[in-house]
Amino acid sequence: MMPNTLGISDIYIFILAGFLGYALISRIPPLLHTPLMAATNAISGIALVGSIVVAGEDYDTVTNILAFIAVVCSTINVVGGFLITDRILRMFKKDDKKTSSKS
Amino acid sequence: MIFIQITYVLAAILFILGIRSLGSPVTARRGMNLASLGMFIAIVGTLFMPQIVTYKWIIAGLVFGTLLSLPMSLWIPMTKIPQRIALSHAGGALAACLIGVAEYYRYSSNISHLSMGIVGIEVMLGALTFTGSLIVAAKLHGTLPGHPITYKGQNIVNISLFSLMIALLGYITLYPELNLQFYILLSLAFLFGVFLVTPIGAADMPVVIAIFNAYGGLTGAVMGFMLNNRIQIITGALDGASGFILSMLMCKAMNRSVTNVLFGAFGKVEDESEKTIKRSGHKEPQSVSVEDALQFFEQAQSVIIAPGYGMAASQAHHALRAFADKLKANGVSVKYAIHPVAGRMPGHMNVLLAEANVPYTDLFDMEEINPEFPHTDIALVVGANDVTNPSARTVKSSPIYGMPILDVDKAKRVIILKRSMSPGFSGVENELFYNDHSWMLFGDAKDSLNQLAYGYKKSWG
Repeated sequence: MMPNTLGISDIYIFILAGFLGYALISRIPPLLHTPLMAATNAISGIALVGSIVVAGEDYDTVTNILAFIAVVCSTINVVGGFLITDRILRMFKKDDKKTSSKS
Repeated sequence: MIFIQITYVLAAILFILGIRSLGSPVTARRGMNLASLGMFIAIVGTLFMPQIVTYKWIIAGLVFGTLLSLPMSLWIPMTKIPQRIALSHAGGALAACLIGVAEYYRYSSNISHLSMGIVGIEVMLGALTFTGSLIVAAKLHGTLPGHPITYKGQNIVNISLFSLMIALLGYITLYPELNLQFYILLSLAFLFGVFLVTPIGAADMPVVIAIFNAYGGLTGAVMGFMLNNRIQIITGALDGASGFILSMLMCKAMNRSVTNVLFGAFGKVEDESEKTIKRSGHKEPQSVSVEDALQFFEQAQSVIIAPGYGMAASQAHHALRAFADKLKANGVSVKYAIHPVAGRMPGHMNVLLAEANVPYTDLFDMEEINPEFPHTDIALVVGANDVTNPSARTVKSSPIYGMPILDVDKAKRVIILKRSMSPGFSGVENELFYNDHSWMLFGDAKDSLNQLAYGYKKSWG
């Protein structure tokens, strides 16, 4: 038997987190929409956590190979995602000459 | 076990703070560092899970993944970011899909209906997001043609395929021990991802990429349901909300519905009706030489620049910045007007201009900048087309009617850098080019901008 059952509290968590995400992300300016996508990619690499557990259970060759690929893919998302987000955010600079004339 | 749960709670808090910090470019970097710390804590915590009996696959995967990710992230040029993001959607979805398959493979002889339904949804969403995102990446990269690929009865094929998948999903939920049907569902979902995206053109990719972001998030959340892992449920919900909001924003900026983007095959079906509103016997657009354009710029006090995908395609953003710097050095006010769907993904133009060292305080959203066009001397259009077409305001029969546009035509003069008179992605002729105060500067945008920057105020030394 699969070790888990879907609890009603999981549904609550999902719904509340969805509303929280909606509230947070509505406030992000279009200026930062590309880094937002890169950042959510990086964070969605949390699938690594689930993949690690399956890979570590060492059930048989088939699950090991599938879980190994999953660990590789999610590691790419985690490491690559955070690196790219930082590379993009590093480029955003204010006008250092302070010549901006407000109209 | 309690220790691991604490690391997950910490990670969730840090992720939420990280996303919150993206509200402003000032706080964003520090916030994302917090989020990566959260990720690190969660991964370390997971390594202490009691179920883990061997680390060889884990370590191999972590090392291999890190090695692969470095060249894909450190050296990829900013112009290729859209396809890179699409690829990572594909990777995340594949991971979730494979874990679903592994769990099914292991427990299929003894699985509850509920778990079966969850695994089915996870595998189906993951598989179609995987192949769909791969096609998106290929289209953005130019490996596949960017124009829509359509055939007669396409929508019927896609809808029947989708119904068949839903039917199979229902069937295996009722009879979880049926291996064959599960693997048929998996293959159909891979196929459906391909079928879903091939009819969509490259210019609609901002919407599609955001939709797959949402799907990827949902897949992650469902994986969390399956593994009873709450941090994955929270992250999946955040990710899904982000993709959902972005796709809504993009659709609004094109005045289209999600269904229309997915099943409309823009620029293909409408082609016939298009040709009929072609200008009949109207005058030719006025073309202008670099020298004459320079004269206009020498007299100008204010310039607004409207960039589009053409700027990315000809890599003109550095040349543009160089020219804008020269204008600014001579006291001209320079601003950039960014349309939400300019480019190939949400925020694409902002990233390119930031790469060229344009301060973000010079970048303005459409709503902010539109009132300023009427008292601006020159609107400089660099590789943007449909997002500046005034017929979106007036011509009811136009497929882009009602789409919010940048009001460049209201500026005193409009200078358009463009390779040829070919219409934009929608296939609609741009009325803007025929206006009396519009001037076309034909040629490669990068070359033209270099010449403009070289020639500007040269007589003054």
